[in-house]
Amino acid sequence: MQASVTAHHLAVSPEDDRALASIFTAYTVAATFWLLFATAVGLLLAFKFGAPDFWAEKYLTFGRLRPIHTNDTFYGWASIGLVGVAYYVTVRSCGTKLYSTKLAWIGLALFNIAAIAGTIALDLGYNWGDLEYREWPWPIRLIFLAALIVTGWNLIGTVARRNSEEIYVSNWYIVCGVLWTCVIAIVAILPWYQYGLGQVAISGFNMHNAVGMWFTPLALGIFYYAIPKILSRPIYSYALGVFAFWTNLLFYPLLGGHHFLFSPLPWWLQTTAIVFSVAMLVPVWGGSANYLLTMRGRYRDMTHSYSLMFIFVAVMGYLIGSTQGTVEAFRSMQAIWHLTNFTVGHSHLTMYGFVTFAVWGGIYALLPLATGKSPGRLGIALHFWLALVGSFIYVIALSIGGTVQGLDWLHHLPFIQSVVDMGPYWVWRGAGGSLMFLSHIVFAWNVWRMTSGQTGNAASPILDLDDGAAA
Amino acid sequence: MKRMIQIFGGALLIYICIVMAIAVIPAIDLSRTPPGPGVVPLTPLQAEGRDVFASNGCGYCHTQQIRPLSEDEVFGRPSAPGDFTYQTPELLGSERTGPDLTNVGATKPSDVWQYIHLFDPRAVVPESIMPNFKFLFRVVDTLPPGTTAVPIPAVFAPPTGKVIPTQKAKALVAYLLSLKQTRIPGYSMNGGMGGATSAAPAGAAASAAASAPAAAGAYSYVASKGEALFTANCSACHQTTGEGIPGAFPPLKGNAAVDNADPTLHIHTVLHGANGVTIGGVKYTSVMPPFADQLNDADIANIINYERSSWGNHARQVTPAEVAAVRAKGQ
Repeated sequence: MQASVTAHHLAVSPEDDRALASIFTAYTVAATFWLLFATAVGLLLAFKFGAPDFWAEKYLTFGRLRPIHTNDTFYGWASIGLVGVAYYVTVRSCGTKLYSTKLAWIGLALFNIAAIAGTIALDLGYNWGDLEYREWPWPIRLIFLAALIVTGWNLIGTVARRNSEEIYVSNWYIVCGVLWTCVIAIVAILPWYQYGLGQVAISGFNMHNAVGMWFTPLALGIFYYAIPKILSRPIYSYALGVFAFWTNLLFYPLLGGHHFLFSPLPWWLQTTAIVFSVAMLVPVWGGSANYLLTMRGRYRDMTHSYSLMFIFVAVMGYLIGSTQGTVEAFRSMQAIWHLTNFTVGHSHLTMYGFVTFAVWGGIYALLPLATGKSPGRLGIALHFWLALVGSFIYVIALSIGGTVQGLDWLHHLPFIQSVVDMGPYWVWRGAGGSLMFLSHIVFAWNVWRMTSGQTGNAASPILDLDDGAAA
Repeated sequence: MKRMIQIFGGALLIYICIVMAIAVIPAIDLSRTPPGPGVVPLTPLQAEGRDVFASNGCGYCHTQQIRPLSEDEVFGRPSAPGDFTYQTPELLGSERTGPDLTNVGATKPSDVWQYIHLFDPRAVVPESIMPNFKFLFRVVDTLPPGTTAVPIPAVFAPPTGKVIPTQKAKALVAYLLSLKQTRIPGYSMNGGMGGATSAAPAGAAASAAASAPAAAGAYSYVASKGEALFTANCSACHQTTGEGIPGAFPPLKGNAAVDNADPTLHIHTVLHGANGVTIGGVKYTSVMPPFADQLNDADIANIINYERSSWGNHARQVTPAEVAAVRAKGQ
């Protein structure tokens, strides 16, 4: 496996390297645009909690911008960002060149067309029934599906021309993540079984699978490549990685029903979801332990490698966020936290603390290797600390506030009391969100330096085997 | 090639099997859930209103699912599978930043209240953080024939002109007023009336469930209980000041029926609601919901006594027995 991680350039020309670098660059730049746009919208939404009459016009009303924030962070930022890194990981870990540059460009165009069309549609009020993470009208979601199919085809074609018998575990996660998400997209679109409660069952499935069978496997696949690459040592246990892959596949798809605990959905469906929410501790702890053990004895090196810091935070976000998800799924906990802002804190701990930090870690670790340009040390440090502190404030504020909200309901206070009590926590959320948004501006600056600007003074992401900086 | 088929093909196949078992097959079955007693499809106007509801993302802050938990009793009986037969798209929601709307058509049956609240939520609920939906209204200098202006309180009204709802606002309100739970034998309607300002306090929810005769023996008026019940059930329209909204909801302060030695009309109105009454020379077109089914005699006595002793009113107190007597006579 060490061989396949570090295998280089068999029958790969400099021209192929340049093509891969420009694809990686283009995906990263597009994703960065969506990050800035979607989180600017998010910041405006956070502000509206304190000033509900601010920009309350038709096209700026809260209920239209809210799905724009979630869908663009999902399908604009995280999806495009992860696919860009995944292309690099797959090509390098297979020691070959990309199956088709053209398909990669077509995929990028389709992802962006879907996100642009989806944003416009939602703002015009074409919302497919407030069904979370599938609000875009179905023709637009077909465009997203086409982007996935193109990406899957390209990745499979690349793996098919790998230079080793073994398929490195990163590619299991990445390729299967794309294939599974095609299934999710199709199941979420087809209408025949989506009437009344039938649609509720599909919503529960879609909400969680769109996260856990798409972002999670791609991010984990990137970890399996980037961590060994940065540290120049193999993954702690390859078998554990494979074990986590299969258990994730068997357990994750079954837990979506926990979004509808205490709803009129059949009790067995809800109980199944709770059981497998607990079972998820196996792949989550197994996977996290694998990453952390790979880093064992090298934690001091993090002071030399911000890309490793980003990935370390992402691993912790995965571990803590997923474990929190398991705890939340218990009926006793749901009775307090369900429908409160605690859920919003949880979704940011996972989509931000895990997925977004994973994308950043992947980009900082690998984009400089592709383009030969580095960000500045100050820029990358500023990005890291603003994002980390901001998201801490964000998640802690909403976790406490959501608990207060749930307890207010439990104590049968007048409903409006729960709105009043959330006030200060929403202010803190806005403060955290502002720091997070500032970090995104710094990130955009760093991306510019890693791609078209002047290279900065940050050391190479690859650490020396000794306790040194550059390699 | 063989390894790729084993890993990718195998993982895809397993996933499809799980998805069929956990999502698609249950969904096929659930899509055939028969409607509950009295559950009917929306009218075309109500359906248009549901589209306005979804397209403006109302479902991101308002749930339409009542859980079998004590904290949800305030919104109505627990949701049953048959309630959702005609609800496509489903609007159960995942966040309750604002109150649940499952039964809002019963708890806030006044279209006037709904219009004022949509135009500026803070006109009726001062602490509300719901955005205003002024874009669903038009301000005109002269009313087109056959239309009625929405009686927006002066502080919240535009400086000139009259506010009238657009077709979208009318459809949305028609949809909201259609959201009423139907009775299911065996399910109890616990708790008080839910809504924007309200959640019955613990005691109220418990006592509403208890039968009236039990409470009748040892009744004594507790002001704090009366205030809590008033906040939960009455203040959205009559306001905490008891002054109502001019032209929309009558004042209780100095109200001839409230501040009257004979409580019969007062009790009757709370029990059976009101529609199109003239109070103090002003005709009110808005509908007041009946509370006979939601609250027991002791709770109604508490509300009435709170109203009769607040905001400068000084009328004699009533007993649950008097409420029971009026209730026995029927409408």
